[in-house]
Amino acid sequence: MRNSPRLLALVTAGSLGVSLAACGSGDAGTDEAAGGPIAVKATDSSCEVAKTSVDAGTSVFAITNGGNKVTEFYVYAAGDRVMAEVENIAPGLSRNLHVELPAGTYETACKPGMIGKGIRGPLTVSGSAAPLTDDAALLAATASYSRYVKSQTTALEERTAEFVAAVKAGDIPKAKALFPISRTYWERIEPVAEIFGDLDPRIDGREEVTEEGMTFGGFHRIEKDLWVAGDVSKSGPIADQLMADIKEIVQKANAEKLSPLQLANGAKALLDEVASGKITGEEDRYSHTDLWDFNANIEGSKAAIAALRPVLEERDPELVKTLDAQFANVDATLGKHRAGDGWKLHNQLTQADLKELSDAINALAEPISQVAAVVAKKA
Amino acid sequence: MVALSRRSALALAGAGVAGSAALVACKSSKPDPVTDAVAFTGEHQAGIVTPAQDRLHFVAFDVITKDRDRLVQLLKDWTAAAARMTQGRDAGEIGAVAGIPEAPPDDTGEAIGLPAAALTLTIGFGPSLFRRFGLGARQPAALAPLPKFTGDTLDASLCDGDIAIQACANDPQVAVHAIRNLARIGMGVVSVRWSQLGFGRTSSTSTGQATPRNLFGFKDGTRNLKAEEPDLLREHLWVQPGDGPDWMTGGSYLVTRKIRMLVETWDRSPLAEQEMIIGRTKGIGAPVGMADEFDDVDFTSVGADGEPLLAPVAHVRLAHPDTNNGARMLRRGYNFVDGSDGLGRLNAGLFFIAYQRDPRTAFIPVQRSLSGRDELNEYIRHVSSALFACPPGLSGPSDFWGKALFEYE
Repeated sequence: MRNSPRLLALVTAGSLGVSLAACGSGDAGTDEAAGGPIAVKATDSSCEVAKTSVDAGTSVFAITNGGNKVTEFYVYAAGDRVMAEVENIAPGLSRNLHVELPAGTYETACKPGMIGKGIRGPLTVSGSAAPLTDDAALLAATASYSRYVKSQTTALEERTAEFVAAVKAGDIPKAKALFPISRTYWERIEPVAEIFGDLDPRIDGREEVTEEGMTFGGFHRIEKDLWVAGDVSKSGPIADQLMADIKEIVQKANAEKLSPLQLANGAKALLDEVASGKITGEEDRYSHTDLWDFNANIEGSKAAIAALRPVLEERDPELVKTLDAQFANVDATLGKHRAGDGWKLHNQLTQADLKELSDAINALAEPISQVAAVVAKKA
Repeated sequence: MVALSRRSALALAGAGVAGSAALVACKSSKPDPVTDAVAFTGEHQAGIVTPAQDRLHFVAFDVITKDRDRLVQLLKDWTAAAARMTQGRDAGEIGAVAGIPEAPPDDTGEAIGLPAAALTLTIGFGPSLFRRFGLGARQPAALAPLPKFTGDTLDASLCDGDIAIQACANDPQVAVHAIRNLARIGMGVVSVRWSQLGFGRTSSTSTGQATPRNLFGFKDGTRNLKAEEPDLLREHLWVQPGDGPDWMTGGSYLVTRKIRMLVETWDRSPLAEQEMIIGRTKGIGAPVGMADEFDDVDFTSVGADGEPLLAPVAHVRLAHPDTNNGARMLRRGYNFVDGSDGLGRLNAGLFFIAYQRDPRTAFIPVQRSLSGRDELNEYIRHVSSALFACPPGLSGPSDFWGKALFEYE
């Protein structure tokens, strides 16, 4: 968490008074697609999508995970803008994904192990598609990001429940393994969570920000119990409270109407999180799993920018090119520190490694800080 | 938008006058008494013979991009920002507070209301830069990395760098503001490798300035090259035609050394010993046996005990041009105190800065002479070392830092 959780809240009241309703574009789960669901067979090494061309309108994908790793399924527009996604599909499970797609060229992707670019395939959507008006493009951006938030909060709740269960069962190895994974979904959307003042510090507060009379709880208290004390026998109530807080914030986040300016500032805020908390190793000081959070912050920032992409493409294509190049640079730099399906620990990185990551974040954060002005600009 | 200085813009706003303050470009590198600004363009870069200002912020950058065009664009952007800031204006075209509320300001704002404060920004290119961007053939022979000297205790993270910028000003906040904004503009292309603040000039570069003192309490740079000595500057300071590649003609080579002074032990040594080690009196700074600061050093007189009056290991003897084949440099170093060192001692010393026509006949022989024998070595540690080639001054608005170096063919 950051020290000034109200940043986004302030922006809500800012100059761009566009209040947006989530415009039911496919996540309601009630649309019926012509021709029935498109089967997706996902394994640890393949992603077979039954159709690679569909008509414009709502499509339904039925994803079955036949592999041994938890997987995810995405439909991407240009620039990896997420049109729809389903997270956290456990081995053996099936999930449906509803997505409304205008005519255009897309990609599908399965992500076994939930990492990397995933196994990609082309998807062509044919039909008539009128270009969006400027305001409609902004509306579409917030709707797209709302879908992203919803997918993340769903997975956050599920994975936190597994983490909490492991803690309460006293299964320390399992809880340790689940800690950085459940946090991934949190870190991707943390600027949204920070809108709700008290909840963020309760869920993600570090020991030194615990105010007098308040119990040190949340993720980092359990982290300390797991890694420092090696004893979670008394952590049950803390874990229960974490679960209750997560449920509350998920509900609030899903109901929140975000403005395009909040997306822009959220993308920047996530990089600030990396620069001030993850590079330094402050965030996960007991487990040193900071690079999971680092990667999740970048993914969340990318998702917010991707949602705004059509607007940015129209208004400042040079900025989009710069952002693409700098996101790619951050990914490549961070990618050097992969370890299996996860990441090296923060304390395994050298000072030179951290400097290189810091330089990459700075190179991205400066152009990202220009996005809000482009979004605010009247067309 | 009219080019108002930070201070005049505020004054005008305060008085409610809608007018324009035209800045007079002055050809001299001395601060204009009215605007307090030093001309940014000229035959040589400002910040070398410019009367030494009181404050320093020096920065060395690593170039982190592989894209030559991005680096050249940064040099252009830097030049534009430096031209503005040295004239007392904001770093960006919009300014610290004139932009739209949703955008981060293009100037960081801490210099609002401050004068130009004689700010100079001086750029130099380090040997490591020439290993990249196809610059290999353009590296002057004089820009070979410095050799290791006896007793060096260098910290690699504080040494060298691809590009250096020296900011000098009479107000510390103006100097820091300049470096901070240049570093920000450079993000993604360069990364700060090391930087150093200095608070008190230790040399005078003009006959109009009194000789200041270093943290040992002694006058430093009495025999410095001065702006009023054009013949000596040609001979010892400015790179002359034929010395090396044309892009450096009119430029100068910059050596920096961060020299930690063990002031606590120095302060416990007797006055006579201090004066013996330096070779000058502590009060007026006269050479041993002489009456006035600017009297010539007497190398030969012998005392009643038969020993030379000026010790064989005295700092002035070892550093003197007569001892080093006439080697001379223009020094414009600064005192520093970087807090304390955790052992109850001040982390203090001299950030040595010297400009010269060729380090191979100036800094290198002088430092060889000093590093082996100087008694002062007992009280100092060299912790940082760097060498940069500082090109000549900018010819006008279409010129930019490094243009002659990068835009050849």
